[in-house]
Order: sequence, then structure tokens, then C-alpha cells
Amino acid sequence: MSDKTAITLTINGRDHAITVEDRRTLADAIREDCGQTGTHIGCEHGICGACTVIVDGEPVRSCLMFAVQAAGKEIRTVEGLAKGDALHPMQQAFMDHHGLQCGFCTPGFMMLAVGVLEREPDISDEDMLDVLSSNLCRCTGYANIIKAVRAAAKEMKK
Amino acid sequence: MTAPTKGSGLKWVGRAIRRLEDPALVTGQGRFTADLPAVHWVRFVRSSIAAGKLGKIEAPKGTVVITAADLKGVKKITPMLHKFNYKPVGQPILAETQVRFVGEPIAAVVAATEEDAEDIADLVEVSIDETAPLIDARDALAPGAPPVHADVPGNVILKGEFKTADFDTVWKSAAKVVRMDARSHRQNATPMEARAGHAAYDISTGRVTLTCTTQMPHLMRTAIADVLGMPESDLRVVAPDVGGGFGQKMSLCAEYVVLVWLARKLKSSVAWTEDRRENLIASFHSRDQYLALEGAFDGNAKLLALRADVLANIGAYSCFPTTAGMEPLMAMAEMPGPYDVQQYECLARGVLTNTCTMAAYRGVSRPTITFTLERLMDKAATAFALDPVDIRRRNLIDKFPYTSAIGLVYDEATYKETLEMAVKAINLPAFRARQQAARAKGRHLGIGFATFSERTGYGSPAFAARGMEITPGWETVILTVDPSGFVEARIGASPHGQGLRTTLAQIIADEIGVTPDVIKVVHGDTDRAPYGWGTFASRSLVISGGASLIAAQKVRAKLIKIASHMLEAAPGDILLENGAAKVAGTDRSVTIAKMAREAYTQTHRFKGEIEPGLTETGSYDPPGTFSNACHVAIVEVDIDTGRTTVEKFLVAEDAGKIINPMIADGQVQGGIAQGIGNALLEEIIYDESGGILTANLADYMPPTAHEIPPIELHHLETMSTESITKAKGLGEGGCIGAPAAIVNAINDALSPFGVEIDEIPATPQRIRAALRATGKCA
Repeated sequence: MSDKTAITLTINGRDHAITVEDRRTLADAIREDCGQTGTHIGCEHGICGACTVIVDGEPVRSCLMFAVQAAGKEIRTVEGLAKGDALHPMQQAFMDHHGLQCGFCTPGFMMLAVGVLEREPDISDEDMLDVLSSNLCRCTGYANIIKAVRAAAKEMKK
Repeated sequence: MTAPTKGSGLKWVGRAIRRLEDPALVTGQGRFTADLPAVHWVRFVRSSIAAGKLGKIEAPKGTVVITAADLKGVKKITPMLHKFNYKPVGQPILAETQVRFVGEPIAAVVAATEEDAEDIADLVEVSIDETAPLIDARDALAPGAPPVHADVPGNVILKGEFKTADFDTVWKSAAKVVRMDARSHRQNATPMEARAGHAAYDISTGRVTLTCTTQMPHLMRTAIADVLGMPESDLRVVAPDVGGGFGQKMSLCAEYVVLVWLARKLKSSVAWTEDRRENLIASFHSRDQYLALEGAFDGNAKLLALRADVLANIGAYSCFPTTAGMEPLMAMAEMPGPYDVQQYECLARGVLTNTCTMAAYRGVSRPTITFTLERLMDKAATAFALDPVDIRRRNLIDKFPYTSAIGLVYDEATYKETLEMAVKAINLPAFRARQQAARAKGRHLGIGFATFSERTGYGSPAFAARGMEITPGWETVILTVDPSGFVEARIGASPHGQGLRTTLAQIIADEIGVTPDVIKVVHGDTDRAPYGWGTFASRSLVISGGASLIAAQKVRAKLIKIASHMLEAAPGDILLENGAAKVAGTDRSVTIAKMAREAYTQTHRFKGEIEPGLTETGSYDPPGTFSNACHVAIVEVDIDTGRTTVEKFLVAEDAGKIINPMIADGQVQGGIAQGIGNALLEEIIYDESGGILTANLADYMPPTAHEIPPIELHHLETMSTESITKAKGLGEGGCIGAPAAIVNAINDALSPFGVEIDEIPATPQRIRAALRATGKCA
């Protein structure tokens, strides 16, 4: 209903030329305009973290960022974690440690943990617990998510 | 192959293999309802008023806004119980003359994008002649309370009553009567994926495919076809990846009916994705109960008789298919829990109010009745100057099968054994010493126990006992070895995080001698799966697992017959393993893939002795089996802030044969986390006018990783005679025991102050208010 702006979103290294309303969230743009539906929307209030993606190296809640703010930045989503058939250590660890049940919050948790570990590979367990407390999961009770992230942290340092 | 990561033995059952579900979900290739594109998007205009007469609805010119007036011929959602003085009430798909709760759908705006639909919805003007709402169940019962539905004066939608013949005599003989008045506040199951629906019309067939976040796709098909008066064969319901349910997604939503109606009307695709605010105010709620429980004990603290009064606030309508009877009637049937008590009296009522409709949430009534009963046992322990463990030892059932006062038959379980296991593992004397030392320093630690039974895997007789017009129960599995040698199990259950694709594959793999990775479990599509009841009530592994085993036994028998022909050996000499049939003691073998190919393409070789093809069907409708557990919580209560920290949580549980230990532990851990949320944090709060004050996740407060302590799990495996796989259900147990254990622990911590907390959630505000009332704290 309002004017649209032409922008380019760079997601997992690929450019998407799209036209969006200024009010369009990054989450909606990633999912609907760029067709990358692995990023999920759980609350649109910035509370649950299901929509977490990495923008210029920082985990962000893509429901709280406008698509136009992300133009020209490097966006990474769950679809970009694996290199071909080779899973990212975080993906492998979530499978190995049963860190997911329904799988809806999983992409957000993985992007959050990957973003933080790339920046801070030696983060303490206590600080990582603080980080993981920023996202919500309703199925796992978190214990296996924490285990998975710790295991992945070790692998990522190799 | 999914390599075993834990466990032993040659069989697949019992091994912690990785889940077959996971590769898609960790790579962003899961497919959820909201991922589908649509031509039209819907936004619902919802009532902002809790009670009133609906007047004019004015939409901006040139917009498409559907109201009840458009839905001519569409029936109301009217589930039925044929017992307990149930008063059927109808829920209009869109509000007709009345609005009955804040969030009730009044109109559906249809536009080209979600944003446009939201903009238009904001401009729709609805006039409502507001009347005084009823929010609390007790107010709805008061003499002269206005009826929520004109045809249910007094607002009591159902009333269950039960009393054993000798109740009064035994009651009078009691040495002590202990009373517990419990309040369980309203909660929302809050799956991470809120509701979503997508209905697409197919021009060539006239059929509609409804993709939606449901736990019971076949029931949605039956119900929606019925409400719309359309042939059920013209509707396909698909539950793709579903982002959690916890009971909230097992009832029919009026919104889905609107989507199917619109898809047929517009001959196009129409989608709706619920936002989180809608989910919190207008999906389904649960657990809003007052429970009064009295226990009559003899001089040795043996429970002689129980008297219960259950008052459940069921909201504005009755949910389909389980009805408003779900919470009160489950409370009535299962209140005595794991204790031997043969005299029982119960009054259980469901009361209509101007609040969101009650439906299932993990455990349904058992978290509240376990909380009430376990608080009663702790109060009785105090009254008899006994340890909480001792009073449970004196009263837990230890002879099986046990028939409860109301007539439920408990199969073999380990109520006492799990209690002793937990007491030993937690080291109670060491805790008591630590508690004393902490108290001396002004820190308040407490320990709480909860022992409970969890009725799981129950088939149609259990639901029929409630008088349900729609009586769920059985499951069917169609198992096919196709000509390529791959195996497909089509199931009526509808898992959404429980890992059933993996565990059913493990059961089938052992029976027919293949590896789980060649077995595809197909579910959540009414065109592909046989009719079934879906996934809820800790039933799927028991019932769909049982049906899988039956189907696999038939396929096994047929494979042996085929192998006997092909290998010219006696059937008794054939072994099925590693994807092949072998003649015992020889090197003669034939692969299952080759046998399958011949079963379709070389049938002439079997001389009419073997039916063509390799598909078998198994159905299972068991009576039900009781899992059990003892939960122990250690908490610290900060008396200055009222904040409770759960320091440790320990579980000793028995769910019979464990098919996949990794998945089983995951279910228990997840359930406990929800139970901790239920005990301490989660609450839907209405204001006096019927508006909801907790309409986002920061206010509703599901627990984060910070609130969940380390959980220590111990298992026993009692092989049930009531489950052909020997597995009992365990999906709800974590949530059932945790609130009781935690609130008992809070009360233990606060015992020096003489306060008792008998409400869930036990929020800091409630704890502080109770402490302040003693005058012993500032």
C-alpha cells in the first residue's frame, strides 16, 4: 500500500534483486521475496529468536530489522551452513545430540550459536548459556541444544 | 546408514539411533505450512470485546470482507458428548449475533498480500453492544450469572458425578481428614510455530488441499467436510512439518473452515498465518481449574477415601472433537493417581465463560490433578508428622493389575520402585543436612517429590467411556515393500517432533530384517495415509507402533512364504536378516528386494498359493497402559524477591520398553521444561473486562535455557502386557509431574515461615504475597 524500494539482498553469497515496501521485515523478505524458507518466524516481537540470521557477522533477529536496512550486507541463513553435502559442525552436532524435535526453532538456534562462536570461539559455558537463553525452544528442554552447541564449538575450532 | 550411537544388541529396537527426520530439518529443508505461497491472504478481524451483541460490520469500499452473513449453510462446530448431562453448544465459524471472548473471529479480510489484509482489517469497523463478561469460573456459577450461551442457563456445560457405595461409612471411620484447595491458572501450550493454514482449489478435480498445522489431519477432514456439507473425498488435508503442538493443534479451528470455504468460493489458493498475539489470545487455552481435594486417612496415614470437586473453566465454546469434557472428566477419572484408595467421590464440572476456548495442553488435567494430589500427600505427611517419602510408601499401589475405585485397570508398574530409586539417587539425608546449613545462613532450599501414573496409549474404549460422539482410539498402518525393495509405512498417526519416523522404522526393521534407512514412514496426508486419529495423548508409539508391528509381522510371514518357494526350503528354516532371507545352516539366500520384485512381477511362479503384491495392513486398538515416574525437584526460594530457582531435577521413570533411548530422554526433558514453565512462569492473565494482559511471549514467559536445571534421568522398564511392543507412552509425563514436585519443593523451602503455596504458577508475586501475609518478612 506504500511505495516500494528496489534493493539487493545478498543471502549466502547470492544476490537477490527485490522490490520491497520500506516496512517489510528482513524475515519476510528472506522468506517470501527470496524464497529461503528455512528461516522461521515465531513471534515477530523479537522475543523467540526463531528468525535469527547472521548479518555482517552478527546474529540478528530478522523480524526486528527492515529488509532495506540489510541491503548491501552479507546475510547468512541456515541454507548456507552446509557446504554442498558436507554439513556444518553445528548441523551435525544438533543431529548427534538430539538438539531438535519439531525443528521449527532449530535454524534460529544454529545461526545464533554459529554467529557467536565465529566471533568468540573460546566463549565460556556460562556465557554461552546466556547467549542461548535469548532464543526459545518448546520441545527439547534445552539440555540437548546446549550439548550440541558445546560439541560444535569444539569441532569448529579444529 | 544411521549409525548406532548408543545401546547394544543386534536389534534396532532399543538403540539410540539418530533420527531420520533430522537431515531436512537442520538444513532448512523442512516444509512448514507458512512456507507455501498463495494467491490470496486472509486476516481475521477479531472481537476486542469479551461479551456483547454484535451489530454492524463496516468494511472499506472495494475490499473483500467475509462475515457470518456470507457463510449461509455452513454449520456450527458442535461437538457432542452423550453423558454427564452435557449441553451441546455451537460455535459459529464467524461470530453471528453475539461475541463471546476477546479474539473471537468476526470477519475474514481477503487481499493479495498479508500486509494489505492487515491494513484493511484495521479499517473494518465493528459495533458491539457490550455486556458484562464472565471471566472466572466461580463467577459464572454464581446465581443470576448471565448465560454465555442462552441455551445453557447456569453456564454448567457438563457435570460428572461419582461416588462409591461405601464412601460415607468409610469417610466417617477416618482418623484424619486433610484438605487441599488448589488453583491452577490458565495456560497456553505455545508451540513455537503458531497456527497456519493454506487451502488450494484444484480446478481439474474440484478438490481442495488444506495444508495446516494440525496433530490430526483425518479428523480435520471429517470435521470440515461436515461443517461445510461437502464430500469428504473432495478435501485433502496435509500436515507437513508441524512446529510442535502439545495439544493445541488437535482441535478444529474455525479459521481453517473459512480457508476451505474461501478456496472453493474463489477457486484459488488462500492462506492465513497466525501471529503470536492471535495465538496467545485466540487459539486455545487450558488448565484453568479450581480443585478441592479432601483425603480421609486412618491412624497409620493410609488413605481410605478421596473426595474431589473439580471446576474447569472451559471458555466460550466446546472444542472439537474432544469437547469441553476433556479436562473435568479426565480429572474425575484419574484423580486418585498412583495411590491405593477404594473409596472415591467426585463432582467434576465444566463451566462456560467469556474466555478463549479450553483445549488440550500436554498432560491435559494430569498436571493439575497431580499437583493437587501431591500437595495433599505432603500436607497429610505434615499432619501425621511423617516424611513425604514415608506417606507415599504407605499408599502407593503395589499389586497389579489394580482396579481403581472408578474402574480403571492399571497394568503392572513400578510406583514404589521408582520412588525408592529417586530417593536413593537424590541422597535425601545429605540434602536435609545441606538444607539445615543453608537455613542457618538465611538461604531457603527445598525438596519436593511427585509420584504419578500416566495413562497412555489408550484406545477407543477409554474415549467411549466419556460418551464421545467422535470416539478416537485405534490406529492403522499400511506396510508395503514395493517392487524396488524399499519399504513404505503409511500411518494414521501424525507426528510433529516425536521422532516417529525413526522409532516406527526401528520396530519394522527388526521384524522384516532390513535396516531402518530403507523404511519411509509416510504421515500427515489424508490422500496417502490411512484414516487415523493423529498424534496426541502419549499414544502414537504404543498404538501406531503396535499397528506397525502387526503389519510387519504379516509382511514377515509373507516374505517367509515367498522365500520358502524361491529357496525351496521349509518355512521354519527361513531366517530374515540383513535385507535377505536365508536358509538356516546353509549359504542359500535371496534378497528382500528380489523377493519383492517377484511378488509383483513373477506371481505365476507361486502357483496361486501366494497373493500378488507385498502390502499388509495392521490395526491396533489397545485398552491403555500406565507409565509411571517419581520426580524430585530441589529449589531455592529467594524470600526477598519471591524468585524460585530450580537447582536440580531428578526423574526415575518407567515407560516400559524403550524403543529409542535418545528420543525417549528427549521427550522427558522437553516435558519437564514445560512443567517447570507451568509451575513457575506461564500464565494467561485476563483483566476484569476480559482483555488479555499476556499477549506476547515476554509476558507469557515460556522458560528459556536459564530456567532449566540439569535433569538427571533414571529408567526402569516394566514390560507391559497391555502393549504388544511392550512400550508405554511417555510424551506427557515430564509435564505431569514437574509442577507438583516443584511446588512441593517451594513449600518445603518455605516451611519455616508457615506459608503454603497451593497455586500454579507459583510466581514471585504469589510467593511474596504469601510471605508478606505472615508478617515474618518485609
